[in-house]
Amino acid sequence: MERSIVLVALFAALIAALGLIPKIMLTSGVPITAQSLGIMLCGTVLGAKRGGAAALLFVLLTLAGLPLLAGGRGGLGLLASPTVGFIIGFPLAAFAAGWIMERFQRQNILVMGILASIVGGIIVLYIPGVLGMSAVLGKSLSDALVLMLPFITGDLIKAALAGFITQAIYRARPHLLLSRH
Amino acid sequence: MILLCVVTSLLFGISDPVSSVAIALCVILVYAALGFRFFLKGMRVLIGLWPFLILIGAWHIWLADYHQGIIILSRLISAVALANLVTMTTRLQDMIDFLVRVSRPARWFGLSPQAIGIAIALVIRFIPVLVARAQHLSLAYRARSGKRASWRIILPLVFSVLDDADNISNALRARGGV
Repeated sequence: MERSIVLVALFAALIAALGLIPKIMLTSGVPITAQSLGIMLCGTVLGAKRGGAAALLFVLLTLAGLPLLAGGRGGLGLLASPTVGFIIGFPLAAFAAGWIMERFQRQNILVMGILASIVGGIIVLYIPGVLGMSAVLGKSLSDALVLMLPFITGDLIKAALAGFITQAIYRARPHLLLSRH
Repeated sequence: MILLCVVTSLLFGISDPVSSVAIALCVILVYAALGFRFFLKGMRVLIGLWPFLILIGAWHIWLADYHQGIIILSRLISAVALANLVTMTTRLQDMIDFLVRVSRPARWFGLSPQAIGIAIALVIRFIPVLVARAQHLSLAYRARSGKRASWRIILPLVFSVLDDADNISNALRARGGV
């Protein structure tokens, strides 16, 4: 019980820390922050329930006013900003990634880690994200999707990274990878 | 907070450019009424919105749909500014108390509000620790490789978090548990 709470809390802090470290510029000029990588890792390392809880805790604290979102944003104003769908989507994304990891225990961990990150961190995250964007900006869904396209390259790279990190953790500390129990 | 939800949803019902601009100006006037430094701090948050504002503005100029563009822009500004007003005038402790109170139904799933309080405290305590650790790791990486540390520091960072979690949960249990 204590261990679950501490892991959830520390991974929520990890999401925040990853959003606060300076961002990495891709060669294509699209800036990526590691924040969504943190969301993917929550799912693939902690599993569905704990990973989702960690992302939820992070989201609640940002809404409460801590400037933890990448770029130092925070507060209730986020609920009215175009990125509202992504914020709501964070816990769903972590949960989905964790669910896939738990569901396919037998498969290769690297492949599943990358796949779970893509499904959770990109597909599941983009659905509410694009919906929220089109609702707030009053655009059609396809227009909102086009706005998001430049970010997909970065997110694919992050998904691959999340897969490799998950595999490395599994090799070094197999008992700590809660999504494989 | 509930008031905020109501006002914001009303805001999305307004389809007249003159009144929506007027509302945006009113909200900004409230900021100004609370003092100069408060005003500056609030405006700095709004400046964070500019990539979206420019994007939407350019889009509507391109479509030559100025009417709709003005409504969306002023609606966005006033909604974000209003919500931010609540955050800026409420202390963090009050917001956390509110969260713990709202999360009381979580007890039905076997989670005590106390556990949630501890989790929140841990997050707040550990963010600066983790950021400092990330900086140490990247400095160490640069010292040895001469290159800029990029994603390579994330793996050791995650390991340190997992190991910390073990130590902290043991410490919590040793002090009586949650």
